[in-house]
Amino acid sequence: MENKLIDLVNITKYFDGEMVIDDLNLSIKENSFVTLLGPSGCGKTTTLRMIGGFLIPDKGQVFFDGKDITHLPPEKRQLNTVFQKYALFPHMNVADNIAFGLKIKKKSKSYIDDKIKYALKLVNLEGYEKRDINALSGGQQQRIAIARAIVNEPKLLLLDEPLGALDLKLRQEMQYELIRLKNELGITFIYVTHDQEEALTMSDTIVVMNQGYIQQMGTPEQIYNEPENAFVATFIGDSNIVDGIMIDDYVVEIVGKKFKCVDAGFGKNKPVDIVIRPEDVIIVEPNDEKAILHGRMTHVIFKGEMYEMLCVTDDGKEWLVHSTSLHEPGKEVGIYVAPENIQIMNKPTSEDEAAIDPIDDEAEE
Amino acid sequence: MNSKSRNKLIAAPYTIWMVGFIIIPLIFVVYYGLTNDKNVFTLDNVISFFNPIHFRSFLKAFKLAFISTLICIILAYPIALIFRNSKTKKSSFIVYIFILPMWMNGLLRIYAWLTLIEKKGVINLILTYLKLPNINIVNTETAIILGMVYDFLPFMILPLYNSLMKINDDTLNGARDLGANELQVFTRVIFPLSIPGMVSGITMVFIPSLTTVAISFMLGGGLYLLIGNVIEQEFLTTSNWHLGSGLSLVLIIFIFVVMGITNKWTDKDEDSIII
Repeated sequence: MENKLIDLVNITKYFDGEMVIDDLNLSIKENSFVTLLGPSGCGKTTTLRMIGGFLIPDKGQVFFDGKDITHLPPEKRQLNTVFQKYALFPHMNVADNIAFGLKIKKKSKSYIDDKIKYALKLVNLEGYEKRDINALSGGQQQRIAIARAIVNEPKLLLLDEPLGALDLKLRQEMQYELIRLKNELGITFIYVTHDQEEALTMSDTIVVMNQGYIQQMGTPEQIYNEPENAFVATFIGDSNIVDGIMIDDYVVEIVGKKFKCVDAGFGKNKPVDIVIRPEDVIIVEPNDEKAILHGRMTHVIFKGEMYEMLCVTDDGKEWLVHSTSLHEPGKEVGIYVAPENIQIMNKPTSEDEAAIDPIDDEAEE
Repeated sequence: MNSKSRNKLIAAPYTIWMVGFIIIPLIFVVYYGLTNDKNVFTLDNVISFFNPIHFRSFLKAFKLAFISTLICIILAYPIALIFRNSKTKKSSFIVYIFILPMWMNGLLRIYAWLTLIEKKGVINLILTYLKLPNINIVNTETAIILGMVYDFLPFMILPLYNSLMKINDDTLNGARDLGANELQVFTRVIFPLSIPGMVSGITMVFIPSLTTVAISFMLGGGLYLLIGNVIEQEFLTTSNWHLGSGLSLVLIIFIFVVMGITNKWTDKDEDSIII
């Protein structure tokens, strides 16, 4: 088992009397790529800033490598941050920006020069030493910001929506760059984003947050395939969320029809929430023996890699369907879902959980 | 009508203003400065700037302007910093309080000072009441410097405040993050980034201080002839316009040189100064 590098214990934070983080506990293992994912205002940036030392929690403790750093100022922490708007020093050239931390630590000139060369090579900007910061593009500035952070050999790199200001193509490029950097440097990354695709692409652990709570923590596969509640399911990708009743172990009733599933232990005749991903809704011929529900196709949108379609079943429920094969609107169809693709979730019980609206206003920005 | 000629038309009032109130007077100054009373070309007026009587008053003006500019920087910097850091809605209101005196007549402001610092002025009244020794600074260099600082301090605060406001909070957080303590953040990031604002502040305080007539006349009681007062006397008392213009010419050239030097540090986009 790897070491816990960061341990947040019972963290609570207020802004102007309003609670933004409520009793948060989070452990981050050494050498992992952890993404804090959530809509704006969910507390992800606040959490990152408390790890970075720019905010002090009102309650709780922050541990770094086993040491309590809750009240340690940022300059004394063995970690570095890459900010959303790069936050480079506009009065210095590229080399001076990268050298800033090393000069503060009074490293020798030859050591600093070597480090600058090494860092620029790592971010693919060799020969840029004397360039003016303001003459660089957004993507280049972000690379310099990363270079400026990593020359200090931090154990932990915090990244606060670093790709937020870049255009889509560049963003995708930089995602692969970051994964490569992470593997080459062998340090821990904590990454904050509201972009679920970014989170799924890069992380080995995703922490989904909403309204100051952690909704779910797990690998991208776990988060996507086994969302723990309706918020996570809606925030990560598209999904069909329906009410159901757990009749018995391995049998669930959805819109009056019995489906086989792989979950057990919910009890008998218990109301549950059910998530079915659109790509798991299989369209078959209406007379196919596998067909459990029957309906009619209503809309089709061509999305490039697949068709996005809507199917209205006899009971009036709309199903979102993703498939590479086209089913024309008006066509009578049958619907089949494999047991392993039916994800059963408990209905929210406490008031706090009920307050979690499945909103994804920013998710697809 | 194409856009070029329309632009010219729109610019016409400004062009007329420029020619009528800047170019023509300047031509007169050059003409008078380079001729004598028989309208013959001469450099005597210009050269007499370096005549000890005149040059001494220039040096005195330079010294007082230099000191008051320095005091303005020392006073304005912390004020501008406090304004920058207090990110409340009130801060712009407080900024306005500081620049409010700028909207008042300059002479009036100097008279206000006079009522404060004169022998039986407000300050001495309070000191007497508190049984403390009175101050006697009216008609001294100190009074002139105080007047200059009071008059021109807002011109230092505003550009400084503007340049400090341009610094992103995360730029400072970034410096902390890279290991800089608060002092190092100031010396390595805040201060260098505030230099353009400080330089425009210096031009806006130093030059009017150097050429002031009213402050030295009223608070110095006529005992301290600065270069501005010398030029004024040549025009109004001695009626030697040729000498006055000659001295002015040298002063203008000096100011141009100063501005040329300081321009090196000013931001190209430092035009957001509210007056």
